[in-house]
Amino acid sequence: MSNLFDLLVAGLATGAIYALVAVGFTLLWQTSQTINFAQGEFVMLPAFLMLAAMHVGAPFWLAIILGILLSMVLLGLAFKMLLVDPMMRHGVLPLAIATMALAIGIKEAVKQFFSAEASPFPSIVPTGDISVFRHAVSLQSIGVLVVAILAVVGLTTLLNRTSLGHQMQAAAQNPTVARIIGVPVERMILLTFLINAFLVALASLLITPIYLAKFSSGEVLGQAAFIAAIVGGFNQVRGAIAGGLLIGVLDNLAASYVSTQYRAAVPMLVLIIVILFRPQGLLGRAEERTV
Amino acid sequence: MSGFAKPLKIALGIAVIAALIVVPMNFNRYGLFILSQWAVMTIAAMGLNLTLGYAGQVSLAQGAFVGIGAYAAAIMTTHGWPLPAAIAAAIVLSFAVGWVLGYPALRVQHHYLAFVTLAFSTLAFLVFRNESWLTGGIYGISNIPRPHIFGIATNKPLPFYYVCLGSLAIVSLAVWWLIRSPWGRAFIALRENPLRAQSLGVDTRRYTLMAFAIGSALGGIAGALYAPLTQYIDPVPFNLSLSLDLLMMVIVGGAGFYFGPFLGAMIAVLLPEWLRFTEGYYLMLYAIAVMLLLIWSPTGILGILDRYMAARRTKAASALRAVAKSRLETAQ
Repeated sequence: MSNLFDLLVAGLATGAIYALVAVGFTLLWQTSQTINFAQGEFVMLPAFLMLAAMHVGAPFWLAIILGILLSMVLLGLAFKMLLVDPMMRHGVLPLAIATMALAIGIKEAVKQFFSAEASPFPSIVPTGDISVFRHAVSLQSIGVLVVAILAVVGLTTLLNRTSLGHQMQAAAQNPTVARIIGVPVERMILLTFLINAFLVALASLLITPIYLAKFSSGEVLGQAAFIAAIVGGFNQVRGAIAGGLLIGVLDNLAASYVSTQYRAAVPMLVLIIVILFRPQGLLGRAEERTV
Repeated sequence: MSGFAKPLKIALGIAVIAALIVVPMNFNRYGLFILSQWAVMTIAAMGLNLTLGYAGQVSLAQGAFVGIGAYAAAIMTTHGWPLPAAIAAAIVLSFAVGWVLGYPALRVQHHYLAFVTLAFSTLAFLVFRNESWLTGGIYGISNIPRPHIFGIATNKPLPFYYVCLGSLAIVSLAVWWLIRSPWGRAFIALRENPLRAQSLGVDTRRYTLMAFAIGSALGGIAGALYAPLTQYIDPVPFNLSLSLDLLMMVIVGGAGFYFGPFLGAMIAVLLPEWLRFTEGYYLMLYAIAVMLLLIWSPTGILGILDRYMAARRTKAASALRAVAKSRLETAQ
């Protein structure tokens, strides 16, 4: 039992990070039909920006703020203006391919300008264990969970409880009508890109202390978030959250109960089964099929 | 490419083929390896172009089929089977697996299909890596022999380059014939308007599966040539990034254009080599070049050419119309 409890906590912690990344992924899809194949690299980059800030002498807290701001400029503003805007009218596939190229570009740039080796990254929560229900649970897992839950709650409050959030949803669901009733659709789309950049920077801050900062670490992470988004429901924020937690827990359970060799296969099989039998995702709403 | 006069086109084709045969004769070992790799990747990209460019089914699994073909060839030739038999086995195997992978395409379309094939790609990689009794696991399979063709040993780089080039020629002719056959037209109908295709009596179900199976079989052929080319295979080259690379080749060259994969593979295989003088920056420059190209022309390089030709034709046609109009007016 104790083993299962540990696995669940660890799974929920990684799952919460996947959820952050997956939520950003679905936001981009909803507002601009961007399938961002570079989302994993988007998570990898902010950690290096923060490391770079610390290299030039910034204290950790300042490096975090600078890293998040720089991510929002690079991965939010510049990504939208330079790549998505010129390509949006050409349809889903060319833009998806362009983000694949972007993923290669980011990876190579980090390898070239920072390092090809894995670098350690300081944790925002102190390491150590505390006792929960007579189980030792690492503070890091709890810290990750708390920060991720705060971020998700903050985001859903923004989306569902504020006028700004309603405008964003309107812009995503029906841009034409939204424009007619006076929603600044363009600004709302830009806002989702900034939110995505903020979420990936946050995810970067949470996950890098666990897995180290490495140029190639985005591949696995991007794929996990990708699967989480689809399994949960591609067009729903709450679907992406559920999918993230589910994939995180499954991944951890599979590693100890299935086999370490095939642990990566379990999320894939879940993905295939979900797509075949419930393509809109577990919590998604059905999309009308375009003929 | 219909703007050229026909004899000019034939002359250009013969010149390119002659250059591909003659020029590499004094290439070094590495140059020949890169050119052979171009030929092999072109075959795989042609397969994906059939599935994606002609039939409109997005696949992120072509790299897995190259892997299936490569492992089939490696396992068989190291056990004493001749390469042609191994290629035949690779075709049958990847055709069958591709057919099965086509079933999801009957249920879901577009990005969902991309995700299913992506998952398949990762599963295939895990099998290559973990089933070491069959695939050698992470240590891979080494000492893959190169074949004797008509009694000539192709151990040296130049003869094996000709094996790759010859295979590319055969595949190119077959694909040329296929897309001009009723099947090719059915594929295009599937891409353009599946509902109307169905109402016109095209068995969309069968052709969707066929598009996957044939495209995958070409991936298998490419793999079966890749194994003797490198003479050593391990799971790493067949991971998801190969599928993404092949997809990029098809789109960059021009999806749905016959010559798209040739150009796309040339850019993906040769451009990094030409950029090698920039040392560590070459892949970065490659990525930037791909993004700029796609921003400029989302239909790839041949899309630019196509638009240019179309513009020239309309210009020529409107010039003719103007002449005709003025003649009519003077006649009145």
